Amino acid sequence: MEQIVKIMDINLRFFDLEIVKIAVGLLAAFVFVVFNALILTWAERKVAGHMQLRIGPKEVGPYGLIQPLADALKLLGKEIITPRNVDKPIFYLGPIMIFIPVLVAFVVIPFDSFLQVKDINVGILVILAFSSFTVLAILMAGWGSNNKYSLIGAIRSIAQSVAYEIPLLLSLLAVVMMANSLSLKDVVEAQKGVWFVVLQPVAFVIYFISSVAETNRTPFDLPEAESELVAGYHTEYSGMMFALFFLAEYTNMFIVSAITVTFFLGGYQGPFLPGIVWFLLKSYFLVFVMMWFRWTFPRVRFDQLLNISWKALIPLAFLNLLVTGGLLKL
Amino acid sequence: MTVTPASFIKGAASLAAGMGVTIKSFFQPVVTSQYPREVLEITPRFRGHIKLLASPENPLENMCIACGICVRNCPSGSIKKVDGEKREGEKRKRATVYMLDFTTCSQCGICVESCPSKALGFSGDFNIAGFKRADFYFDLVKEFDKRKKAS
Repeated sequence: MEQIVKIMDINLRFFDLEIVKIAVGLLAAFVFVVFNALILTWAERKVAGHMQLRIGPKEVGPYGLIQPLADALKLLGKEIITPRNVDKPIFYLGPIMIFIPVLVAFVVIPFDSFLQVKDINVGILVILAFSSFTVLAILMAGWGSNNKYSLIGAIRSIAQSVAYEIPLLLSLLAVVMMANSLSLKDVVEAQKGVWFVVLQPVAFVIYFISSVAETNRTPFDLPEAESELVAGYHTEYSGMMFALFFLAEYTNMFIVSAITVTFFLGGYQGPFLPGIVWFLLKSYFLVFVMMWFRWTFPRVRFDQLLNISWKALIPLAFLNLLVTGGLLKL
Repeated sequence: MTVTPASFIKGAASLAAGMGVTIKSFFQPVVTSQYPREVLEITPRFRGHIKLLASPENPLENMCIACGICVRNCPSGSIKKVDGEKREGEKRKRATVYMLDFTTCSQCGICVESCPSKALGFSGDFNIAGFKRADFYFDLVKEFDKRKKAS
């Protein structure tokens, strides 16, 4: 009897351990990431189809719903080709590096008031710090590939990230000043009455534009601009390594939308429906808007890309921050 | 590029207009047809491989008189052999063999134009496929033989 109690006690303590909680959370996040990417690849092709007056995938499964699964299986079955003269450790680390920070972000995102792996009091800093790793991974992929297109794509990605991380941070900072906390949960709770999109419309627009640029999506998809750079930094990758880049892109889309929802659109708050449903609804609506952008806007030129950030977004973000600070002091 | 408030507003408005266009088409019905499942009607002017036309009086007989003008006029030499027989009580010959080698045909239509008895036309056959060259050697009279058998 004593022994059983002892074992149960150990078990309970085992599940109370922070590290175990995080591990379980990460596992759940991994499942979600894969599922999310499968749905989004299908959704993107459907959205693309209907915006161009056609239907998109429809052959595999009802409404083509099993198409992404077939694609994933195909990618899994493909040989991973290592081109000659690549920098092997860097070449192989690139796709892995791009995937890890994506998982970390899920630890702090509050899906519901009770559905959050860990409420860290510097939550947004964790996400932003880790998402900056993405650029490093892209550089590793571009440099390691020993291919001029890959390298140009990687260089562009870095210039782009440097330019767009600043307005991104500044616009979030304005919200943080109003919510008085860096914890994502506190930010959501601070929007009980009014959503921050009403109080901070400029920050919202700046954040959303920057986040589209951060995820390397059209109209800011210069790092992988297929019409000029073949496929940019993932030109040389094949099979599952390419799939990891793909997975990371679609997960980043979701994370960026989730942060937008958390910071500006009231997070999991909403009437009637449970919090998680509201959260996912809002997030996926924003993902849809990003797809909508992709099938509407042509790619910007590189000088235009940098000009938008340095000449328009950054001054605007600073001004917004200044005004916010001034008004809060009053 | 300099960003002025005026240019900023103008640009933002044009972006919104573009998004309006795409969201409108998003909800519009699709314009494509799902080919193997639904086949569009072939327009009458479509140029497939040539075929022999049936005579207006008797749809079981073709109008070819096996004169061989099309054979001589074909720039690619695609019409290999036209032969016919003279039947009892008829003025002209009737085609019994009309060999077309579709692999070299460019659908120029000179044979159709030069035919004195207006016996040639274009078929609407657009999805022929085969594994060997011989799959594209057609005997155009066979079509009429089939019809005769069926009736």
